[in-house]
Amino acid sequence: MTVPSTMDPEAGLTFPGRSGGLKDVYRNRFLLKLLVRKEIRVRYRGSALGILWSYMKPGLQFLVFYVALGLFLNVQGSTPNYPIYLFAGIVLVNFFTEALGNATRSIVGNRDLIRKIYLPRELFPVASVWVSAAHFLPQVLILVVVCLFFGWLPTVWSVLALVAAFAMVSVLAVGLGLFFGAVNVYFRDSENLVDLLIMMVTWASPVLYLWSQVEHVLGPAFNVYQVNPMTVGVEVFHWAFWRSTLNRGQLASPAAAEVPDLFTLWLPLAAVVTLLTLALGQWVFARLSVKFAQEL
Amino acid sequence: MAEHAVTMKTAITVEDVRKEFVLRHTRSLKEALMWVIRGRRGDISRKFDALKDISLHVEEGETVALLGLNGSGKSTLLKLISGVLQPDGGSVRTRGRVAGLIEVGAGFHHDLSGRDNVYLNGAILGMSEQQIDEMFDSIVEFSEIGEFIDTEVKFYSSGMYLRLAFSIAVHTDPEVFLIDEILAVGDEPFQRKCIAKIKELSAAGKTLFVVSHDLDLVSTICERGVLLEHGRIVMDGEVHAVVRELRRRSQEEAR
Repeated sequence: MTVPSTMDPEAGLTFPGRSGGLKDVYRNRFLLKLLVRKEIRVRYRGSALGILWSYMKPGLQFLVFYVALGLFLNVQGSTPNYPIYLFAGIVLVNFFTEALGNATRSIVGNRDLIRKIYLPRELFPVASVWVSAAHFLPQVLILVVVCLFFGWLPTVWSVLALVAAFAMVSVLAVGLGLFFGAVNVYFRDSENLVDLLIMMVTWASPVLYLWSQVEHVLGPAFNVYQVNPMTVGVEVFHWAFWRSTLNRGQLASPAAAEVPDLFTLWLPLAAVVTLLTLALGQWVFARLSVKFAQEL
Repeated sequence: MAEHAVTMKTAITVEDVRKEFVLRHTRSLKEALMWVIRGRRGDISRKFDALKDISLHVEEGETVALLGLNGSGKSTLLKLISGVLQPDGGSVRTRGRVAGLIEVGAGFHHDLSGRDNVYLNGAILGMSEQQIDEMFDSIVEFSEIGEFIDTEVKFYSSGMYLRLAFSIAVHTDPEVFLIDEILAVGDEPFQRKCIAKIKELSAAGKTLFVVSHDLDLVSTICERGVLLEHGRIVMDGEVHAVVRELRRRSQEEAR
């Protein structure tokens, strides 16, 4: 017979500072909310343009790519509504890169707090991803307005697909952010490595070019290209935003061809890859976070 | 002390705890790899024990002063109990919420108002939104910040800053209250107010765990003293006796 828990002197004794992983983040969601709010308020303190800076980067990127690729290389001649195609991809990729970059630096950046007071350290990378999401949503709003202007009719499916792609990219950013953020405490090389990854993300997914051009060159290796969840996320964004702004004639052009098996194979596979990344990130984070306070 | 059984009244139990620190000589992956390849693995880091074979049991409502010279491991032990550090051997367990006056103001952000900082810091110390809402007026009143509560804390004087931070900490209402060398801050009247508040907490049956160099002060607040030397507990007993022992030892050292 077991002793009733109320009589068991061991019951109620807890190990201070033992982390419950992302479950603890959910339990501390009020604190998470405050950390996110603080980050958003503090980020652009003292700058004249304030929050507008978060539009500058994607805006300028869009302009540079549109002029260089769309006009000079004349990609827009072969791709109908190229500006929408371009912007839909840039917005999602920027969300991911900002989230990952900030999450990677979040543990070292909050060292003063981590060294002194115990709180679930997973909060910091997760808060970084939330802050990036807060910068991402207004950009999506601009995208939506432009798409509506070009005759976009959102359907239940396209909205669901967008939410799924956004959720997947967020989880991917959390998973990788946990991993690189934890490693960064021990080796600051981590943030430089992430900077390199971030540079490649835009080019490793069909943001500037069409997926069909990749398949043409890679052949069967195209399947490897498709395993990248970011690639699938961008393709879903194109499917939901850009493709539905095309008229019947444009849809018939080879540029508008859909990625085969996007929703039946690639999206589920990308979700699995994303969840595995999250599991790995959390595992590594849990192992390394035990010594954060003394290593920082 | 002999083998100590855990009871329903146990607030803190530390069993055979060992804590070692690693001094790392490089933060670069390249250097670390090069040293491993060249057989200089030992150069990457050096280890030393900050705490050895520490066993300590504190009952609910006890007031314990942790005494010792600099480098004896007091702060390390406090950080193990607060959960900031994890032991390398043995175990640390606590009952109920542990919080307190360690690194007062660590969670403050200079660009936020006093009000925002009350919420942020309160949440960092483990308070819920509802608890902070209820305590808010009391926190502001105790801190004597008044109308400046909506000013950014970077404009606060260091006294105001500490008063607000202290006020939040004493309002977190944990079961186990940790205090690290805070009693030396603020001006005389506020210090007296703090000490009165701490005594009030102990009268209310809270467990207090105090680290301080102010020996006279801790003897008035605490009943039990624990003396640490080079990471080991060398004495555990009535606070005045332990303070006497510490004074004797430090005089010996000075000689």
